Amino acid sequence: MIRVQARIEQSTLMKITSPILAIVLTLIFGSILFSAIGKDPIQAMQVLLIAPLSDMYNIGEMFVKMGPLLLCAVGLSLCYRANLWNIGAEGQLLMGALGGSAAALAFIDSTSSFALPITLICGIASGMFWAAIPTYLKLKFNSNLILTTIMFNYIALYLLLWAVHGPLRDPQGYGFPESALFSDITTLPILFDEGRIHLGVVFAIIAAVGAWVLLNKSHIGFQIRVFGQDEPAARYAGFNGKKISWIVMLFAGALAGLAGVSEVTGPIGQLIPSVSPGYGYSAIIVAYLGRLHPLGALLSATFMAVLYMGGDLAQIEIGVPTAVVGMFQGVLLFFLLACDFFIRYRVSFISNNSPIQE
Amino acid sequence: MDAELLSQVLFAAIKTGTPLLLIALGEVICEKSGVLNLGQEGMMLMGAVVGFLAAYTSGSVGLGVLGAIIIGMFMSLIFAFLVLHLGANQVATGLALTIFGTGLSAFVGSGVVGQTVQGFQPIVIPLLSDIPFIGHILFTHDLLVYLSFALAALVSYVATKTRIGLVIKAVGENPHAANAIGIKVLRVRYCAVMFGGAMAGLSGAYMSLVYTPMWIENMTSGRGWIALALVVFASWRVGRIMLGAYLFGLASIMHLVLQGMGWNISPNLLAMLPYVATVVVMVIISADHFKEKLLAPRSLGKPFDPRQMA
Repeated sequence: MIRVQARIEQSTLMKITSPILAIVLTLIFGSILFSAIGKDPIQAMQVLLIAPLSDMYNIGEMFVKMGPLLLCAVGLSLCYRANLWNIGAEGQLLMGALGGSAAALAFIDSTSSFALPITLICGIASGMFWAAIPTYLKLKFNSNLILTTIMFNYIALYLLLWAVHGPLRDPQGYGFPESALFSDITTLPILFDEGRIHLGVVFAIIAAVGAWVLLNKSHIGFQIRVFGQDEPAARYAGFNGKKISWIVMLFAGALAGLAGVSEVTGPIGQLIPSVSPGYGYSAIIVAYLGRLHPLGALLSATFMAVLYMGGDLAQIEIGVPTAVVGMFQGVLLFFLLACDFFIRYRVSFISNNSPIQE
Repeated sequence: MDAELLSQVLFAAIKTGTPLLLIALGEVICEKSGVLNLGQEGMMLMGAVVGFLAAYTSGSVGLGVLGAIIIGMFMSLIFAFLVLHLGANQVATGLALTIFGTGLSAFVGSGVVGQTVQGFQPIVIPLLSDIPFIGHILFTHDLLVYLSFALAALVSYVATKTRIGLVIKAVGENPHAANAIGIKVLRVRYCAVMFGGAMAGLSGAYMSLVYTPMWIENMTSGRGWIALALVVFASWRVGRIMLGAYLFGLASIMHLVLQGMGWNISPNLLAMLPYVATVVVMVIISADHFKEKLLAPRSLGKPFDPRQMA
């Protein structure tokens, strides 16, 4: 017989074990799936998880993918800590890319050393602006944050498409919906000779550490945590809920905007319609898998970046569509949420004839 | 605008609003029972791809619809198990369902992208379709549109006039009280969630078998999310959901109207209209904070654990 008891206190051990267990279960699920469609599961897992780390170039690419995931996830972690369901990282990232690209194209003939910083600031400001509207609508009109941020993702996508088909299209681009290539002056420097690791990756790691300091070592961070855990207590303590909402939402928007502008001024080098393969949505899973902890996000963003790389390689090597990555992400979040059951409950197996001890 | 064009536009608004109506009818029952399922978009996409695959391989649109309903129910069952049995956060689980459904639908549909099927054909209802103006708008549609009229009437009737409707409402308003008078709260919620899944699957099938009879990745383009807003807009009332669905249908096809009137606006900017309309409508509705609180199911989104009752 299985007995389920609610725990009096949440299990700290399970909080750490649960993501690992979820990853293992996802891999087992993946192996079964690959067998079912007639692929060798061991080869598939090797391509998905080992091959992305097999040489220096692939490791570099993995870091390039980790950057935007981590930036978005760190911002989302703080929002979710404060009980603000911001699903808008994707739109904020796209707006960052759009605003940054507009600036970069304005500097296309410039030699000023301010060009790159101004481009980055434009991207960050665009992401913040895109986060500010739903925040304002929530605080002023009580509109549902989840639904407005999602609508803003779609609106941002169509704005981006409009821009690359219209005002930002390269006149010499043979009609392709792409901007002109940015000049070197507005391109993020590459850190190593080999590969494409650029300054944006460093920004991401700094952001994660900075957010950790903010959350754990500052008074504002303390307020964010109290607000998320016990809103009445936070109000009783006189914490200003509106101020905290603005801080975490603008912070998240700024980081997502930075992710977007870093993509267009980094590995891509121009504005294209497919700036993001859904980084803003994947970042939700990264944030959860990292336990809404900025440094946890560092680990989970790395894992997710490996999965993205693996998805690309799997398409080339074993002919599996890249969409398999999205499916794995969903399954991973399912298993994580299921395993979190054990944080709140103790499950014990007892034989029927043993006396139940209370 | 002349009467001919107006009738064409209203006809198209109903056709475009139908998938929204179908999925929102499912979600409103789900929410009335106190469960917020944000996985609508994922279930709808799975319904669209499975419906298409079933129809494509069997040659029967009926089997396509059936397959879509079954996959929708199966998807919602995963959701229901996680939130009802394991007490997982409804928001996060719904998001997981959408991410999973988006990925899985692209995965299983990758082989048939761009293929077409012979979808449902229009059925012109004799006599009724001869009514001037209204006849064409309402009675020259396909089978699923007529089905959506019937389902709207049925859901409205069941929700407001029957014991089942009362039980669902009781569970959504106060699960503890419902439990105390012997209602199996979790069982009611399972049924409500799975009804939502079935309707989301059907709505997806409408997209891939009628609206554009083919499968394209992410072809629902946010309709599942708009439906969630629609339920809030309609303040959980079926009649208003129908009206809202057709209004959003109208917003989605406004670009055709504007182009017909000779306006030269970028199609990408016009494609934003339904999403902007959703935000605007939501702001107007939610601004009346008191009213919204009064109308929403009181336990919406809150878990209920019978284990902690004893």
